[in-house]
Amino acid sequence: MEALLIYSAFNGLITGIFYALMALGLSLILGLNGVINFAHGTFMALGAYLAFTIEPYVGFWASLVCAPLLAVVLGLLVERWLIRPLYGRDPLFSLLLTFGLAMIMEDLIRTIWGSVGQPFALPAYLNTPLSGSLFFLTGYRLVVILITALITGGLFAALRYTRIGIRIRAGNADLETISAMGVNIYVLRAANFGIGIFLAGLAGILAAGQLGLSPSMGSSLIMPSFVAIIVGGVGSLMGSVLGGLIIGIASGLTAALYPVAQEVVIYAIMAVVLVIRPRGLLGQEGLLE
Amino acid sequence: MRRPLAAACIWIALLAVPFWLPLMGGYTDLATRALIYAIAASGLNLLLGYTGGLSFGHAAYFGLGAYGAGLCLIHVAPSLPLAILAGTVLGGIAGILIGPLVMRRKGIYFSMITIAFGQMFYFIAVRWNGLTGGEDGLTGFSRVPVQIGGHAVMLGPERFYYLVLAVFALVMAVIWQILRSPLGHGFVAVRENPTRLRFLGVAVERQIWVAFAISAFIAALAGALNALLTGFASPDNLGWQLSGSFVVICVLGGMRSVWGPFLGAAIFIVAQDYLSSITQNWMSFIGLIFILAVLFFPQGLLGFSRLKASR
Repeated sequence: MEALLIYSAFNGLITGIFYALMALGLSLILGLNGVINFAHGTFMALGAYLAFTIEPYVGFWASLVCAPLLAVVLGLLVERWLIRPLYGRDPLFSLLLTFGLAMIMEDLIRTIWGSVGQPFALPAYLNTPLSGSLFFLTGYRLVVILITALITGGLFAALRYTRIGIRIRAGNADLETISAMGVNIYVLRAANFGIGIFLAGLAGILAAGQLGLSPSMGSSLIMPSFVAIIVGGVGSLMGSVLGGLIIGIASGLTAALYPVAQEVVIYAIMAVVLVIRPRGLLGQEGLLE
Repeated sequence: MRRPLAAACIWIALLAVPFWLPLMGGYTDLATRALIYAIAASGLNLLLGYTGGLSFGHAAYFGLGAYGAGLCLIHVAPSLPLAILAGTVLGGIAGILIGPLVMRRKGIYFSMITIAFGQMFYFIAVRWNGLTGGEDGLTGFSRVPVQIGGHAVMLGPERFYYLVLAVFALVMAVIWQILRSPLGHGFVAVRENPTRLRFLGVAVERQIWVAFAISAFIAALAGALNALLTGFASPDNLGWQLSGSFVVICVLGGMRSVWGPFLGAAIFIVAQDYLSSITQNWMSFIGLIFILAVLFFPQGLLGFSRLKASR
């Protein structure tokens, strides 16, 4: 029983990492661009499918970098031509637009790569368990944890110490002022959107290695990411990561104890958080209230 | 003078649908579906367009209405009015319960929470196999005859259309009355200036809650009718794509107008029916409608024509 619980919690942690990476990108875009990017999930699926296509040519490690970058190129085009005209308008419109975009992209992925799910080939040395007693700990899962830790740590360091990071944080606080101080906020927002899409694409590849590829993988992972943001608190990037890990582990444990409720438990946690602590675990008080 | 005339023309056209629609290559059930979507979108618009609460999860209440009606027919009693009532109450109560959790939020945050709660009901329907039929949806019920004055009347497509039309007229009348009442003016005030309203001593959150609950009731009513139309309640009735469709229907027709959601629903349903008959990629085209509506018709078709008329 104990082994089962540890195993399930670890499974949940891995899924939670995917939620956290997604929520982190969503949160960044929500903060500076003021947009709920509903197409985030399909950008993630796109990253995974691109990696699936280029992996045979460049190998797993290079596809881990190249595929998200290709997704970022598309993301920047979308930001420039579709989302930029909507800045400053009712948030309803950008949400509807990304809604429509998600439908189109999912349909195109289905048309290009087929509607049947496919496995994502991992290098063999990553796919074997490290030891007999810890059978669930494959090299791949360690890689997922390490990469995510590195990327998240790097992102937080960049936001703290680099010029663009400081500007992104300042823009979150007061966009008008930094615009008046001579920062090109259009470029800044585009860069921020690109970073968010990169995180989505990366999450997609990592998730594909674990869960396989399917055209609807995006829409099934984006909803928990919303919940991760709400649980962690809007406006807090650290909160989004924390929220993702919490609901991932909770979902993993529920899958072992009462499998029928493994999705519903995520939303139950959200409801409880909204009642007890409406601004979320690390959220700022009064933001968007 | 022009407005009552236009409204009269619309009602006459609606009453005559079973006569002229087949001539144009349509079928009566298509018009019934358009009316059902119009009911749901009109209910949503009370919250979305008039109160300013951007709910992206209203398919949840629509779907609960559908499941409520189906379950009532299967397990409780084979009675059409009772089934409609059961579905409406089930979805409405869910709206009353969810309302307090979202009413303090604003703008996109409100949207995000409503999307997430919508998804909760979706997963309950998919996972509670024994009750809901899981992924396959709830089947095994159909429109039973209605007892009118001792006669059992079977509702064929035409008669059911007139039933839905009557419900639609009732819903429009209720919404019209609400918007003329102090409650309706309160809704608009919440959208326009909540701060001032708060200083005037009005409980803004409670206004939003009331609007949320009313719109959930109306959406659930539409969902119950939809289950009776198709003889089927599916998890898709609760899904995010349908929620988004309701919103785009409101935007397409015009959110600041009582007739906007009706117009949007008619266009949306006809487009969906046509597109799904000519191409497999109809989802892309529906998505394209979303994007075009946002970029070029943010005021909606009715708002657009009014803008032109006032110039």
